[in-house]
Amino acid sequence: MQVTLKIFRYNPETDKKPHYETYTVEAEPTDRVLDLLEKVKGEQDGTLTFRRSCAHGVCGSDAMRINGVNRLACKVLVQDLGTNRITVEPLLGLPTIKDLVVDMEPFFEHYRSVKPYFINNDPPPKKERLQSPEERARFDDTTKCILCGACTTSCPSFWLDDQYVGPAAIVNAHRFIFDSRDQGAEERLKILADQFGVFRCHTIFNCTLACPREIQITRAIGEVRKAIATGRLD
Amino acid sequence: MKTHQYDVVVVGAGGAGLMAALYASQRARTAVISKLYPTRSHTGAAQGGIGAALGNMEEDHPEWHTYDTVKGSDYLGDQDAIEFMCYQAPDIVYELEHMGLPFSRTPEGLIAQRPFGGHTNNITGKPVRRACYAADRTGHMILQTLYQQGIKHGLTFYDEFQMLDLIMVNGKAAGVVALEIATGEIHIFHAKAVILATGGWGRVWEITSNAFTLTGDGAAIVLRKGLPLEDMEFYQFHPTGIYKLGILITEGVRGEGGVLINDKGERFMERYAPTVKDLASRDVVSRAIYIEIREGRGINGQRYVYLDVRPETVNKYAAIDGRTRPDGSPYVVTAEELLAKLPDIIDFCRTYLGIDPVTEPIPVQPTAHYAMGGIPTNIKAEVLADEKGTVVPGLYAAGETACVSVHGANRLGTNSLLDIVVFGKQAGIHAAEYAEGADFEPLPDDAADFARAQLEAILNSQGSERIADIATEMKRVMMDHVGVFRTAEGMQQALDKIRELKARFKYIHIDDRGKTFNTELLSAWELGNLLDLAEVTTISALARTESRGAHSREDYPKRDDENWLKHTLAWMHPDGQVELRYKPVVITKYQPKERVY
Repeated sequence: MQVTLKIFRYNPETDKKPHYETYTVEAEPTDRVLDLLEKVKGEQDGTLTFRRSCAHGVCGSDAMRINGVNRLACKVLVQDLGTNRITVEPLLGLPTIKDLVVDMEPFFEHYRSVKPYFINNDPPPKKERLQSPEERARFDDTTKCILCGACTTSCPSFWLDDQYVGPAAIVNAHRFIFDSRDQGAEERLKILADQFGVFRCHTIFNCTLACPREIQITRAIGEVRKAIATGRLD
Repeated sequence: MKTHQYDVVVVGAGGAGLMAALYASQRARTAVISKLYPTRSHTGAAQGGIGAALGNMEEDHPEWHTYDTVKGSDYLGDQDAIEFMCYQAPDIVYELEHMGLPFSRTPEGLIAQRPFGGHTNNITGKPVRRACYAADRTGHMILQTLYQQGIKHGLTFYDEFQMLDLIMVNGKAAGVVALEIATGEIHIFHAKAVILATGGWGRVWEITSNAFTLTGDGAAIVLRKGLPLEDMEFYQFHPTGIYKLGILITEGVRGEGGVLINDKGERFMERYAPTVKDLASRDVVSRAIYIEIREGRGINGQRYVYLDVRPETVNKYAAIDGRTRPDGSPYVVTAEELLAKLPDIIDFCRTYLGIDPVTEPIPVQPTAHYAMGGIPTNIKAEVLADEKGTVVPGLYAAGETACVSVHGANRLGTNSLLDIVVFGKQAGIHAAEYAEGADFEPLPDDAADFARAQLEAILNSQGSERIADIATEMKRVMMDHVGVFRTAEGMQQALDKIRELKARFKYIHIDDRGKTFNTELLSAWELGNLLDLAEVTTISALARTESRGAHSREDYPKRDDENWLKHTLAWMHPDGQVELRYKPVVITKYQPKERVY
């Protein structure tokens, strides 16, 4: 089948403002959108620029807007889109460097701000710290995050004010707050109770819909809010 | 051009690079440069587990792990290094757990373990549960955990910086030349010690589990600096990649009881490995699949077989095998359990194949997966310059790009994650220790000239060859002739083709001549690396007139210990000629014997 790709283009060296270019490629219904981008770059226009690495949805490099929705280009197939006209644009809310490549640093700055690492100041035992399967399951969902940015850049609250830490940062805080082995919940909850923390979330659910790992992000944010409100981690 | 100075520079931010940096930074000013944002590294794609004889589920010993790894390597692994790694394994897994790694758990709260190919109880010969896992996301958890620790400890990262060259002064490592991808600016990282942790080169082959970015940059650079690469002919094809796409389906699927089935509905591994069957080591299983396909027993005569993990199939064969749970009860699984243990595999199958593995079998074929060979190193991760073991001062390598050699002719599943953390740690410790006692070598004025000339040659090339065409031809010929089965004739054809492609590469055309995020320029440069590595792989493979581990020659089907119980070292001279020399295998406790599973 023939697919028409309308792609956002911007080269800061030559363009005053962004524009769209249209390419037509031969595709199988089972092709990934990433395959089509590779095809355009390899066969038609080598200047088309995007990030990619693993090509199967685990590295988080190729989050972009595909027909208006944040997706990983390697995890959406042509047949999933229900059309042979595909519009591809960079993530919103982050500065565009070139074409589909955005500056992720503001996103990672928020991520780093929530202490996204294990905190336990007791001397470790000789072997593993014990954790029951139930305790482990408590935070399983949020361990899946690949930091692709699809959630945060789909969030209207983030678009409105980019000082909001955003869903991805909260997901990564949640992963530790609810880990029975961790002792840093209090300091993280303090950070997230701040004016740019969890209370900026208006439960719009865009993040949950955007997550390529199907993390229940809005629920995780709700659990963090509840922990702040009640002072308890259940 | 910007110049930076650090005691230790780590190149690559997967598991090996991050582990190295965490240790080096404890004693030395350390920077990590990586062409990817660290969490994009391919460590994150590893699924099934990290091997360590914790004995959490049943009796196990580091000694058994050592023997299994030696046997898995088809006796080409260096036994001192293997023993070191396997005895370090339990403590390093506990270390990861103490960093917060969320392993799956047993009912008692211990780290959960599952069976994997080639890992056995050395008394019964039956599979042993040795792979410590976090569902089927073990690599993801290792990568995330190490990166989190990097943030915690304030590591210095230069993300999206592409290493282009290694600076050597007076025979010592003196730094790295890198391109800042966002700006196109060249940076020099002046260093006392350099650690290469740049990963593998699966993109040499057509069907691969490897990321687009796995182009062997570190290994190709080392080769260009006049240093050798070891055992390049040994490249692993993982038995179960998704048909046509190559996406990895973890051996953990077979660990949980999945079986391989041919077009006649037979569980064919019974014929090839009567004792451990589907859990034989990877070279054995990949060959079996190829033979089944060749003899017309691929599904519908096509180039794939089924990996069947439907509960009814698992339970049927588990009963036939007499498999039991740790408590002695019969092994019976439900769809829910499989979903909990293999969530990503099920997701991949739904996304890319539109099938649910709980109700339908998965079409699979062998996929280029892992380089056993690479930059020769010793147990301290020091890079070696020759067959006598001469150390290159200040230069270290770890992870897939290195060859210690702990994998020999065939790597066991779960040993790559172990390798990256064990030898990444060694590299970090020893590089920092070396830097403490060393001075900076003076930087030559022309340090960046070679790298700059390489890029300019691509940018100014007047030809019309497209990168994608050259890459496609290389991948195809390597898949056809330097893959699971090999012959002199086929490999010679491949070699001729690679040389033709190298000649055509000089007339490459790229559209993008800009500075900003020029990924076309980088892809062209990476292709140059892949072509060099494909050539060295093929020449090393042509010379080895025996079959051993992953190097399986139809014209020399037997292992030949008398002539070939030795490591290959390959140099590429400035005129492009490849020279091969050999060094002995380190044998301590285990004398080579016939390898039967």
